[in-house]
Amino acid sequence: MSLLSIKGLCLSIHGTEILKDVFFDIAPGEICGVIGESGSGKSLTAFSVMQLLPRGAETSGEIRLSGLDVLAARESELCRMRGSDLGMVFQEPMTALNPVQTIGAQVAETILIHQDVSKAEAMARAAETLERCELPNDRFPLGRYPHELSGGQRQRVVIAMAIALQPKLLIADEPTTALDVTTQAEILRLLKRLVDEDDMGLMLISHDLAVVTDLADHIVIMKDGEVVETGEAATLHKSMQHPYTKALFEASGHQPDRTATRIEAPLLSVEGVIRDYALPRTSLLGPPGHFRAVDAVSFDIRRGECLGLVGESGCGKSTLTRAILGLDPIQGGRITLDGRDIHSDAEVRQKMQVVFQDPFGSFNPRHRVARLVGEPFYRLGRSATEAEIDDALVSVGLTPSDKYKYIHEFSGGQRQRIAIARALIIKPELIILDEAVSALDVSIRAQILDLLVDLSVDHGLTYLFITHDLTVVRTIADRILVMQNGRIIERGDTETLFDAPTQPYTRRLLDAAPRLPHV
Amino acid sequence: MLRYAVKRLGSLAVSLIVASLVIFACIEVVPGDPASFMLGINAQPDTVEALRNELGLNKPLVERYFSWVGGLVTGDLGTSYTYRSPVSEIVSERLVISIPLALFALSLTVLIAFPVGVLAATRRGSFTDVTVMGATQLGVAIPNFWFALLMVLVFAINLRWFSAGGFPGWDAGFLVAMKALTLPAVALALPQASILARVMRSSLLDTLSEDYIRSARAKGLTTRQTLWRHALRNALIPVLTIIGLQFSFLLAGAIIIENVFFLPGLGRLVFQAISQRDLIVVESVVMLLVFAVIVVNFLVDLAYAWVDPRLRGRA
Repeated sequence: MSLLSIKGLCLSIHGTEILKDVFFDIAPGEICGVIGESGSGKSLTAFSVMQLLPRGAETSGEIRLSGLDVLAARESELCRMRGSDLGMVFQEPMTALNPVQTIGAQVAETILIHQDVSKAEAMARAAETLERCELPNDRFPLGRYPHELSGGQRQRVVIAMAIALQPKLLIADEPTTALDVTTQAEILRLLKRLVDEDDMGLMLISHDLAVVTDLADHIVIMKDGEVVETGEAATLHKSMQHPYTKALFEASGHQPDRTATRIEAPLLSVEGVIRDYALPRTSLLGPPGHFRAVDAVSFDIRRGECLGLVGESGCGKSTLTRAILGLDPIQGGRITLDGRDIHSDAEVRQKMQVVFQDPFGSFNPRHRVARLVGEPFYRLGRSATEAEIDDALVSVGLTPSDKYKYIHEFSGGQRQRIAIARALIIKPELIILDEAVSALDVSIRAQILDLLVDLSVDHGLTYLFITHDLTVVRTIADRILVMQNGRIIERGDTETLFDAPTQPYTRRLLDAAPRLPHV
Repeated sequence: MLRYAVKRLGSLAVSLIVASLVIFACIEVVPGDPASFMLGINAQPDTVEALRNELGLNKPLVERYFSWVGGLVTGDLGTSYTYRSPVSEIVSERLVISIPLALFALSLTVLIAFPVGVLAATRRGSFTDVTVMGATQLGVAIPNFWFALLMVLVFAINLRWFSAGGFPGWDAGFLVAMKALTLPAVALALPQASILARVMRSSLLDTLSEDYIRSARAKGLTTRQTLWRHALRNALIPVLTIIGLQFSFLLAGAIIIENVFFLPGLGRLVFQAISQRDLIVVESVVMLLVFAVIVVNFLVDLAYAWVDPRLRGRA
């Protein structure tokens, strides 16, 4: 008998149809991967099971969780079910914990509200649960606050909160999307272990086919609020029928067609760059400490090349980017672009532009696209002409009339195109892509990668491609630098580095990256 | 936490020193001569000279500053020129009304604003919410002296529940004195409560849309439990800022209300001292108010750290 059974589930919010006839089952001990792009309805399916839907939501159909008719249950029955029979882990570990409560109190709360136990006993059990989630009590005492933990550690606390009462079903909604590749692998391993130990069902929601295929027994593919295909994880890549599933597999392993010509002369040259951050003084009159975020880093980028820079969060990638862009001073070394020092010669900086990760946060929402795209010209003392804006928009696959619109009228992928148009408009030679495709769905990501490759050929562009995602960097970069603790620890041609990494750290990164079976 | 408190205490001391320098400079140094200002344009030169001697204006600047600050520390604020009695006496007579009035009004503000703000936030968009928002809009818009006059008309003249003004003194008994302060406190509290209720509502609405509220619901907490255990404490941070500002305002900003109810409070004292050009009183009372504001801010800072553990590590 199945643990969770969803049949004909329909959901509308304020009259807008969101889910249409969704169906699937999860058995005890089974891992069911639910896959789809943003807006496909996978998270709302999970929230329908939890019955934590936004206002104005109306559901019909049937959801049964170990016998309980969820859609017909009273709120008090649902409160009893949540936390004890059904746990949930969310995407964003940085905000999923209450910042003003200790981690012990937050895990113990799950126990206290469902069971009649003393606070001391609940805390003792919270400590055991955190231990199960690989947060040992001696290093992570119960009195820690969330802000004292890293993203991966916080996600373990969220998992501990969800499994404290050993629920029958755990829903994990994009549990690793916000984490870097090695932490992702650890969290997925932890989830798998918990499922095995407790014979718990797991609904694993993700937009990343590779993450889920490794782990799941069963896969459900969703698109536009409907289930388009279901199948066994091990064989889905062979048995898939629906064109959307095929497109997803294709997009995940998408390889842009790169035929760029490289010139040996370096465009950007980074020589022994050191970047220190001042730390607060430890005593009133003592000297301020410093933290070396970038430690004697040297490399060149040749014209027409795409250089990948990979490493985990906190390894110094973004600090290095800021130094290259001339946004921060450096404490040692030299950065030259086209032979000119970028810190002493601000003029030369107009030859490089940057595209950031967050397509939602990197634009002023009150300006029209024309002004946003034309912005790099303000430094040059003139504004962009209409023709220049139109050219930039057309070159990234948008239309000239888009310049009259505001940024909220565009999807994530379109916004990233606008960010690229903004970078292109003053005809730079180097574009720094700082996690530029990390927030995008696989099919959108494939389109943007194609666009980047086309642009590099048409405009003779050079890229510095910074990412934590090894799958992506492999498809686009010519050479790769691996960064750890502020140093470049390995460098080499992409294929050589992927096939025969010399450093244990690089090997660990490569092993942690989820891989799709060859289609 | 202790380290944070000590650092805040250090910044409190620095603020006080800077404030004393600024006030001293404003009144004693720039522009013109305080003695001739206090006596007016028709004063005889020898009267002015006598006052200059009395005020010690002929002494060097640095000596005057230190004797003034020394006086502040020991409680000797000098002698009022118009009242001819020690300023510390006059001020403390007023403080026994102003401080209880401010605390009374602030308590009412919090007692009204918290439940109203929470109610409006938890029933967002409902009839209750719309009514509360409308009422608080009125409360912010209508001047408090108009409320005061209206209450005098209804509760003092028509119903005769309260007296229309005056203060019998604390010797007449605690309840009698508090009764005399009730209408002024309500008049002061209503606009402040309207502001605070709106801040409480919007802060709570922001908090209720946070991810950790969803996490709490996923644990099985009811909406009410989620509100009490997770939302309120997080929503308090902006509310505390406003409460701090409101207390400072209530202490000194009650001039009009004190006039409507004939209360001999600090606000009226400043008003009279300014119109009578009694700079000694003005200087002392301003320093006292600055002191109160800085101390209240210090307490608010401590309250922040109590509410939010993230602040305790910083200073």
